[in-house]
Amino acid sequence: MKTKLAVRDLHLHYGTKEVLKGINLDIPENNIVALIGPSGCGKSTLLRAMNRMHDLNPEAKVKGKILLDDDDIYAPGKDVVAVRRKIGMVFQKPNPFPKSIFDNIAYGLKIAGENDKHKLHAIVERTLRSSYLWEEVKDDLDKSALSLSGGQQQRLCIARAVAVQPEVLLMDEPCSALDPISTAKIEALMLELKKEYTIVIVTHNMQQAQRVADLTAFMYFGEVIEFAPTRQLFDAPQMELTANYLNGNFG
Amino acid sequence: MRQNSLQQRLGLNTLRFFVLLVLLFLGIILWEVFSKGSGVINSGFLFDYPRKGMTLGGIFPTIMGTIFVTLVTTIFAIPMGIATAIYLSEYANDNTVNRLIRASIRNLAGVPSIIYGLFGVAVFVQGMGLGSSVLSSGLTLGLLTLPYIITTTEEALKNVPHSYREGALALGATKWEAIWTNVLPSAVSGIVTGSILGLSRAAGETAPILFTGVAFYLRYLPASVSDSFMAMPYHLYILSTQHHAIEEVRPLAYGTALVLLSLVFVLNIIAFIIRYRYRNFNKARI
Ligand SMILES: Nc1ncnc2c1ncn2[C@@H]1O[C@H](COP(=O)(O)OP(=O)(O)OP(=O)(O)O)[C@@H](O)[C@H]1O
Ligand SMILES: [Mg+2]
Repeated sequence: MKTKLAVRDLHLHYGTKEVLKGINLDIPENNIVALIGPSGCGKSTLLRAMNRMHDLNPEAKVKGKILLDDDDIYAPGKDVVAVRRKIGMVFQKPNPFPKSIFDNIAYGLKIAGENDKHKLHAIVERTLRSSYLWEEVKDDLDKSALSLSGGQQQRLCIARAVAVQPEVLLMDEPCSALDPISTAKIEALMLELKKEYTIVIVTHNMQQAQRVADLTAFMYFGEVIEFAPTRQLFDAPQMELTANYLNGNFG
Repeated sequence: MRQNSLQQRLGLNTLRFFVLLVLLFLGIILWEVFSKGSGVINSGFLFDYPRKGMTLGGIFPTIMGTIFVTLVTTIFAIPMGIATAIYLSEYANDNTVNRLIRASIRNLAGVPSIIYGLFGVAVFVQGMGLGSSVLSSGLTLGLLTLPYIITTTEEALKNVPHSYREGALALGATKWEAIWTNVLPSAVSGIVTGSILGLSRAAGETAPILFTGVAFYLRYLPASVSDSFMAMPYHLYILSTQHHAIEEVRPLAYGTALVLLSLVFVLNIIAFIIRYRYRNFNKARI
């Protein structure tokens, strides 16, 4: 299997505090990789490093490499906007823009310079269909996206990220604010999306990791303790820390 | 328990009392101006020049003068104020220099308007040689409103959720695109409210235009920004303190006050319309 995203000896400091301590991770193409671990261990920090979201924070200092198709996204002179276009992100809290449903989906495309009305319409419809949202919103495309339910909003945000056809999709606890039915819909969506995209998901829900992830990484205090196929990690963890965590002995 | 509910009721009623008191004062002012001023308002008052030492005729040139100067102020202060606020809120790091700049701007909002007037004379009228003109006065009033516009705009931008910015960036927007397409539209309501309040205040100021361009009486309208002008607040000031027959022109003074208040009212209606147009998508429509 081809490695889509490779993290190489990644260190991250917030000020003087080291939050990621030399992360190595190989994420294969068309797989779903779950990041699990106790609160504060650095999962979100690692995920945000993968599309250079830390650039905004002058406190955050990144060292090491993240290779997208063998190409370092932190290489000097690298075009950040191009990187983020290839590596999309869905946030923990649904964050639809205060615009219409249509404009939310079309946002990334318009930014990228697509102005053809017919083309935009076609892409919006296709994306909404593929996120199983079309039937629910097809008559309300010009309504505010903020009028959708939380679950619909999160599917909209996923659709919005998918609309620009990234290669990798990062998701930070995308279901943490949702009910079981919405969660099931999003999980089904992820399994569908994995055919075309590579997905990295942070989750606190062990069942969710087992339902969707091909590989799971267990993180602890800024380090990846164990990274293995999901079944193997949950059924026969090699490290004592992993076993303790999965048994609920801490965190 | 008993004690608490008593305290609660007492507190609530105290608050109610003060709200009513404020409303009462506001009502008295409006009533005064309206009842004493509305009698003189007719088309002659609005569209004629003052006559017979301002005891007869209308206030047309003062209305036009105030509108003209306020336009100059708008063109100068709004883009500059908003641009400064965007820089301070979105781009400037949180270091000592920038904190100092922010604090200075806040403090400038409290500087008495007569000081701005003196500054205007020194810098615009004399320093830059703009003379006693609409431009000098408009710029002086612009300086007066800038701190206000900057502060309220910065506040409005800070209130836009961080997730709107991150969401846009994650979709491949540049920082500027995120600000222009996502942050600014969400902040429009606050920006417009602040700007219009600032402009309303500028339109009613006397001290800053006193030395920089306003004239006691002119027989013509300003034809360009380098002419002098008449203005409502100054006209009001003359009618109520400098006139040889103050009692006689009192109704005219109240009439002028009423027109000035109406102008401010119109500005606020404009703000309301702009806010309304942008509001739709900021609130969930169910
Ligand atoms: N902007 C920041 N500035 C300074 N420290 C931060 C910042 N963001 C996170 N941290 C610290 O970095 C560490 C890792 O945080 P991170 O958000 O990555 O944890 P997490 O594994 O995602 O936790 P959770 O499961 O609770 O979301 C924490 O100790 C946190 O306090
Ligand atoms: Mg997190």
